[in-house]
This record gives sequence, C-alpha cells and structure tokens, in this order.
Amino acid sequence: MSPGEIKRVIIIGAGQAGGETAQRLRQGGFAGDITLIGEEPAPPYQRPPLSKGYLKGDLDMDRLLLRPASVYAEENITLLTSLRAVWIDRANKRVRVEGGRELPYDALVLATGAKPRKLPLVGADLAGVHLFRTAADVDALKPHFVRDAKLVVVGAGYIGLEAAAVARQLGLHVTVIETAVRPLARVTSPEVAGFFLDEHTRQGVQFVLGGQPAVIKGRERVTGVALVDGMEIPADIVIAGIGVTPDVALAEQCGLTVENGIVTDALCQTSDPAIFAIGDCAARPMAHFDGRMARLESVHNAMEGAKIVAAALTGAKPHTVEAPWFWSDQYDLKLQIAGLFQGYDNVVLRGVMADRSFAAFYYKGPKLIAVDAVNRPAEYLGAKMLIQTGRTIPPGELEDETRPMKELVAAAR
Amino acid sequence: MPKITYIEASGKEHVVEAPIGQTVMEAAVKHAVPGIDADCGGACACATCHVYVDPEWLSKTGEQNSMEQSMLDFANDVEDNSRLSCQIKVSAELDGLVVRLPKSQH
Repeated sequence: MSPGEIKRVIIIGAGQAGGETAQRLRQGGFAGDITLIGEEPAPPYQRPPLSKGYLKGDLDMDRLLLRPASVYAEENITLLTSLRAVWIDRANKRVRVEGGRELPYDALVLATGAKPRKLPLVGADLAGVHLFRTAADVDALKPHFVRDAKLVVVGAGYIGLEAAAVARQLGLHVTVIETAVRPLARVTSPEVAGFFLDEHTRQGVQFVLGGQPAVIKGRERVTGVALVDGMEIPADIVIAGIGVTPDVALAEQCGLTVENGIVTDALCQTSDPAIFAIGDCAARPMAHFDGRMARLESVHNAMEGAKIVAAALTGAKPHTVEAPWFWSDQYDLKLQIAGLFQGYDNVVLRGVMADRSFAAFYYKGPKLIAVDAVNRPAEYLGAKMLIQTGRTIPPGELEDETRPMKELVAAAR
Repeated sequence: MPKITYIEASGKEHVVEAPIGQTVMEAAVKHAVPGIDADCGGACACATCHVYVDPEWLSKTGEQNSMEQSMLDFANDVEDNSRLSCQIKVSAELDGLVVRLPKSQH
C-alpha cells in the first residue's frame, strides 16, 4: 500500500516509541486518523528518568510527559489510555480492544514494549517487592524509599544500579544481589563493570556477587531475601531488576514472525507489510553492524523506530539510521555508550579510571564497534560519529591524551 | 510565565510560555517547536537541542558547562553563542529570551 492510500493508522503501545510515532506522523503532514492505544493511564512519557530523577524526587510526572496531555486532542490524535488491545485480525485489518470494540486500520504499528521479569521465587508477590518499569511501579515504591530503609536490589544491570545509586543518595542501606560474578555482565566489559563495582562499593553499596536468591521472606510484607547458600539479607524493600521480556503476545496471536522480539526488516516492517513493529518489542537488522539482528531496549531505538515508520507512512525521505546510543546516570557519573560492544576482542582505555573520567573503546579486529565513556562526552560523541561512518582510530593513538578527541576523529579513516 | 521566542532557520518564529525551573529545551519540545529534537529528553546525551542564544541574552543565560562544551565540539555549525538548550534553566530573568535554531540537529 502506498503512503497516499493509508488513511487510518493504529499504534498499539503509548510509550516513547508509540508516542513519538504519532507526533512525527502529524509533523510529517499525515492527515488521516491516528489512534494511539496505551495500557497505562498517562499519556506517553519518558521512562529513563524513572530510575534516576523521578525516583529521587527531582522530576515530577509533568516533566516526564513527552508532550502535554492537551496536545493529543489539539493535533487530532485519538489517545486511548488505560486500554488494552486484545486481538489483531490481519485478514480484515482490525484491532479489537478490551470491551469488544473493533477498530479498523490501514497501517498498524506495534510498539508494545517489554514487561519486567518477575522474580521466579516464592514470596515474589509479597508487599514491598517491586518491579521497575512504569511510573506506577515507582509511585508504589517511593513512599518506602526513605532514609535508613533496607533495600535489596536483585540484578546488577543498569536499572538496578541506578536505583541503588539513588537509594544511597537518599540514605538507604543497599545490598545488590547478582547471580553473575560481576555487575553489568550483559552490557559491558569486565573492565568497566569493575569500575562501577568499585564506585558503588565506595558509596556504601554491599554486593553479593554470584549470589542465588532462593526465597523472598515475609508474611505480608517482605522482611528479607534468603540465598541458596543459607545467607539471609534483611529487607524492607526489594527491587527486581532482572531484565525484561519483549511483549510479543499480540504479534504471536496474529501469526507474525517472532524470535527475540517481533522480527522486522530495516524499515521496521514485520512479516505482514501492513504492520510495523518498533521499540523494545522489535528486532531489526543493524545498519552499522553488518545487518546483524538486534533488539535494543533504549530511547535511541524507540525514537529511531518512530522516525523510520513516520517517514515510510508519509512518503518522506527515509530516516538516516544512527549508531545505537545509550546512557546511564549513577551518582555524579554520566556513562554514555555508543555502538554495540558484543563480540569485541580488544578494549582500549583513554584516560584513567581513578580520575572518574575515562572512555573504553571496543574493537573487533581493526574496527571500532563501541565506546563506554564515563564523564567523557567528547569521546562518546566522537566514537559515535566514527561508528556511524564506518571509520576507525588506530587503538594506539587513543591512549595519547595530548591529542584532543576532535583531532583524532578528524584524522580517522 | 516567562516567554521565550524560538526562531527556526527559515525565520519562522514560535513564542512559547516556559515554566520557571524547566529548561529552554523542554519548553520547546512540549510545544512541538520544530528544529529541537532533544532525543534524550535532557540528559545531555545526544546534542540535538543546539540553539544560538541571541547575543544580548548571553549574560543572562550563563556559560556552557564543560560537558556541554565537549558535546558542542562535535555539533554542526557551532558559534560562540551556541548552547545546548537542555542546559539552560528558565528563570524570571529570561522572560523575553530569543534563541535561534540551526538548520539541522544531526
């Protein structure tokens, strides 16, 4: 179907990817019907601050909203909140929502996101055990997030460590339990993980690495976490930060190709040409990584999916894809990440970790594939540009700090 | 509320009421001012909220911080009056502020 024939777009999922798609369709001149369906009560909002400024109390919900609630009506976007889509009828191009109403579409965008994994343990449903995905999750947690409360975080990924950092800043006692032998095992190198482990330890976080939680203790409210080795850690609050699973229920129900997420091509089109999938729920080939399929859980990926789909549906110039980028704020450390580090065979440091300002560059053979930059924005942006344009700085040159990053980037081939 | 004028590269003007305490970037994004992408939402992670501060306002908006300076080093068409608008907090003093937007943020 050509862009001109598309009159009705339904977007399922009103997170950042879904919300941006609706906005960008209108900004791109799409004049047809746009219906945005979300399970949460709030209009689309930014999730990254949930484990940072929002948890800490520096930002309120109004500031998280992508756009004020009134904008949707002004732009003639039908925003249906607190509503679940339950069925997709591809043959007749209809979406059924809770209550039975059926909505017709010409193009459908799945931006269903991901669901946080529940702890697979007895006691996981006790009061005081929290998942971490939505503003409501954090709202439920916040009243208990007070000085001297005992917090156990299960899972030392970015969300878990960001929550731990906020907790220490607010004066909670924090223990992080991680089944792997180091934190951030899935997302960064042992070198950078070691830096964050040291930093959190210095800030007073206790770590149980290689720890296997066995049961969440408590009668009505949680009182502690017992490990398989018999150790027990007292807790007033437990946060499960053990990752997410893509929400592919609707895609599976209607028979789209699903592997790790809804499979799409580089234009975010699923195995049904009338259906697109974007954001955390979808996997697409990565332009800067030999077309390797990846499902990214990030703001960059959500925004990029929205830009790609809006361009396709309005017949605009295709979006130029960016190298993937991410960030994490912990204490006064700003970690900025570009590229995908998986498969690296060499890591080169620029700067020294003890200065709390350094960048780790990841190489696969001669090729620069990723950077983790801590309080080093120039290294981050420089590496991002290089990855995007397929250029590389010889590893030996990076260690020479007398040459500014900008100069190295300009000389890169 | 302080009023801020955003002037697109094409010359088109947008006057926006900006709540005190928010940033010049947020006020633009919430009113869908084209030309400020602000992909990261103000985390100083993307350098896509670049603006030129009208010279007569420079003393009131303050100076680039070091992180911002490094980010701007890699932005396009950077001038002496370039700022990342996510790093300028709206205050009563900034009522009437005029910022110009670059041709592109990428």
